[in-house]
Amino acid sequence: MEITSYKTEMEFFVDMQRCIGCKACEMACAECETNGHESMIHVNYVERAVTIQTTVQVCMHCDDPVCAKVCPADAISKDGFGVVHSANTARCIGCSNCVMACPFGVPIKEEKYDMMMKCNMCYDRTSAGKKPMCATVCPSQALFYGTREEISRMRPNSTPVNSFVFGEQVVNTKVNIMMPKGSTQLKVH
Amino acid sequence: MARLPASPEKIIASYGPHLNYAPREGYPGRDEPDDSVKTHCCFCGMQCGIQLLVKNNKVVGFEPWMEFPFNQGRLCPKGVERYMQDNHPDRLMEPLQRVEGEGFKPIGWDAALDKVTSEIKRIQTAYGPNAFSILSGVSLTNEKSYLMGKFARVAVKTANLDYNGRLCMVSAGAGNKKAFGLDRTSNNYTDLEHAEVIIVTGANVSETFPTLTYWLWRARDNGAKLIVVDPRVIPLARTADIHLPVKPGTDSALYGAMLKYLADHDMLDHDFIDHHTTGFDATIAAVQDYTLEWAEAVTGIEKEKIQQAAELWGRAKTSFLLHARGIEHHSKGVENVLGCINLVLATGRIGRPYCGYGTITGQGNGQGGREHGHKCDQLPGNRDITNPADRQYIAGVWGIPEPELPGKGLTAWELIEAIHRGEVKGLLSICFNPLVSLPNNNYVREALEKLEFYVCIDFFLSETARHADIVLAGSLHEEEEGTVTTAEGRVVRIRRAVTPPGNARADTDIIQALAARLGAGDKFNFADSEAIFNELRIASKGGTADYYGITYKKIEDNMGIFWPCPSEDHPGTPRLWEDKKFATADGKAHFNPVQFREPSEVTDAEYPVVLTTGRVVSQYLSGTQTRRIGKLVDQIPEPLLEIHPELAQRYNIRQRETVRVTTRRGTADFPANIVETIRKDTVFIPYHWPGRKSANQLTIGTLDPVSKIPEFKVCACRLEPLGVFTKPGEIPAFGSI
Repeated sequence: MEITSYKTEMEFFVDMQRCIGCKACEMACAECETNGHESMIHVNYVERAVTIQTTVQVCMHCDDPVCAKVCPADAISKDGFGVVHSANTARCIGCSNCVMACPFGVPIKEEKYDMMMKCNMCYDRTSAGKKPMCATVCPSQALFYGTREEISRMRPNSTPVNSFVFGEQVVNTKVNIMMPKGSTQLKVH
Repeated sequence: MARLPASPEKIIASYGPHLNYAPREGYPGRDEPDDSVKTHCCFCGMQCGIQLLVKNNKVVGFEPWMEFPFNQGRLCPKGVERYMQDNHPDRLMEPLQRVEGEGFKPIGWDAALDKVTSEIKRIQTAYGPNAFSILSGVSLTNEKSYLMGKFARVAVKTANLDYNGRLCMVSAGAGNKKAFGLDRTSNNYTDLEHAEVIIVTGANVSETFPTLTYWLWRARDNGAKLIVVDPRVIPLARTADIHLPVKPGTDSALYGAMLKYLADHDMLDHDFIDHHTTGFDATIAAVQDYTLEWAEAVTGIEKEKIQQAAELWGRAKTSFLLHARGIEHHSKGVENVLGCINLVLATGRIGRPYCGYGTITGQGNGQGGREHGHKCDQLPGNRDITNPADRQYIAGVWGIPEPELPGKGLTAWELIEAIHRGEVKGLLSICFNPLVSLPNNNYVREALEKLEFYVCIDFFLSETARHADIVLAGSLHEEEEGTVTTAEGRVVRIRRAVTPPGNARADTDIIQALAARLGAGDKFNFADSEAIFNELRIASKGGTADYYGITYKKIEDNMGIFWPCPSEDHPGTPRLWEDKKFATADGKAHFNPVQFREPSEVTDAEYPVVLTTGRVVSQYLSGTQTRRIGKLVDQIPEPLLEIHPELAQRYNIRQRETVRVTTRRGTADFPANIVETIRKDTVFIPYHWPGRKSANQLTIGTLDPVSKIPEFKVCACRLEPLGVFTKPGEIPAFGSI
């Protein structure tokens, strides 16, 4: 099915340092009935005892999604727009391979449904030309959905990065992380 | 009577707080709503635009409103969950009467209104007109605020009307009137975008006004330097260019030292000072001894940081200074505000693009609600109730002889004291939960119990409403048309999305029905909210808060109009003072000398630790609404005592150990949250909770001599670990002890 209103020029950008830990994104994500009022985005303190800094983790929608590769039931698929979809309810066997394989720690096995659930970049909204709910409501715009041109104009002091190096493995993603100006990769050693 | 009719547990079983969660599949009809109503969030002065989805006269969800210019769809968790106050099991659907030993039972509207009317008349006949009092609130629309002021003065004929803005922006209002002759933030927030330096002092923006964070980052993306003054590393402070961790109660020392630094290093706008201000020399003389070393000793901030902040502020070409309750909730709240204004005036950076100043109004309609006359010393249009010309004008609008217009009444806290002394015998409250929001609430409860008659208009049975003889089931924000004025001074439209459920009635209907029974029906026959607003426009005409040129249509066509707007062809005023003509009698901005003085209670051997209070991101004010919304409660289920590890170690306090906090007012127990993000001499407790979890069992009722705001933000306490560990939410927060 061709969905013409998906705006392919729009991208998702995450700027952790702007996260104020308010959880508006979690609340808004959980409004989606396809999630059963569970949030598919997760905000956590880094270490509350020493800092107020929080992290916000959304599915990074990898170019070559390891969650899909390790799925023995072929329940996870990536579409033509690069969106890696949540587990197909009819196929997911709840094995948690994807939970363990994801380098970003995104998929969560929801025990009450005995299946994996994760962000599908608000496919119902983005395919209708809207922004994902989390990036719409984010009050600091730590989560931003727009064009690469917009973000470079609005945030001249930082650069979007979507290439992550885990040891010797490079993971390229649809979602960008904002890093200091001039950065090209995030290396996790 | 005003004593609890039954145990809190028994009342809570019927009326909550119960936690409301949406069904997992969402409310029926959300995907095919009958209507999508463009209105505003009811929580906080940002008044973010939001669309409420309506199906079969029920609010079933929300959709971001992308076009509203301030927030463009952005919301905080309170905004996202805002719709969950609808369809709530605790919602009051009937008027209620108190039944001793049982709680409450329904009473018909006629019987309820008759009882209220007869009690008002009985008390006023026996004890005088001012023995019946009214407490109102500024989560109400402009229309309701105006109506309450008129109702008190024209129908009840009492001087004793005040409002919960007394706990909110009155210090800022008084300071702004002294300096500028007008009480409004000087600029809309788009002026933040190109401010070179921004000072945010005493404002936990990211938790109390989360959507304002966006505009601060817009400025930072354009190169702005951000200075945050707060005893804690609040989320905004973590990434700030300079964080000044001020000791609570010493803010004016910091501003004084910065002002002296500006003067000593000639970082002043002499032309502006000479031509457009008064009082500069005396103001500088007042701070002549405030060296950086002195300021470091008083405020606990390293002098190098103060110097850096003063240098940044002094050298900037554009700037914005924002403050909120953190500097205003003090026995010297007005002085703190004036200290900030002095820094703005000294550099002349006001009344120009990207040069701004303002308080960040806290409550939903904190701005408009404080302008139109439900404040004890004020008449609509921000007129003065002691000013003969103002009195004459408003008496004319209301069609009463001027001598019949009551004079200045008692402020909120003074009213509680008068009730406690037995001088005031009756109370009507709306939109105010003093048992949670006032300081020293054991004293407040004693006062309530002395009332002969108490009637409360509310949509939920708040902790205070439990003490009522009669409860009148009123309306939510989304159940009446109206307007509010945002923290920017922008008048926006509140839309009725649904009608009140069951036998609940619109607040304006209830007030008008009471007025009719009190014999003032001819003055309270408004057909709808727009008719009330149109009278407000006339009442405000010529006042400093002039709304005369604002109409519902004009607001709708422009997504809001900034007051002052004196005529229908006037576009409104997003930025004040562009002509450098201030609203003072002499047309100039006024410097006001501020000398530092200590807070009313300082630490000593018996109470060696500073206690400060504030808010959390998922709760609003006294929590009447937000403590009933499941996900907001789950996010932060209880108040924690924030304490630095070094202070915790001194008392051998461990993480999540229950700590007994004692002040001269009372004792309360809180689990410890040991964090490095707070000063070592200060503990912090958020105040939204009632009963045994209430921080206001501990706070002090000392008032600012001008604004009469209580000193919530600083008092002295002692700490005692109890060796008890609880899980989050394990101890229920009962409404009364």
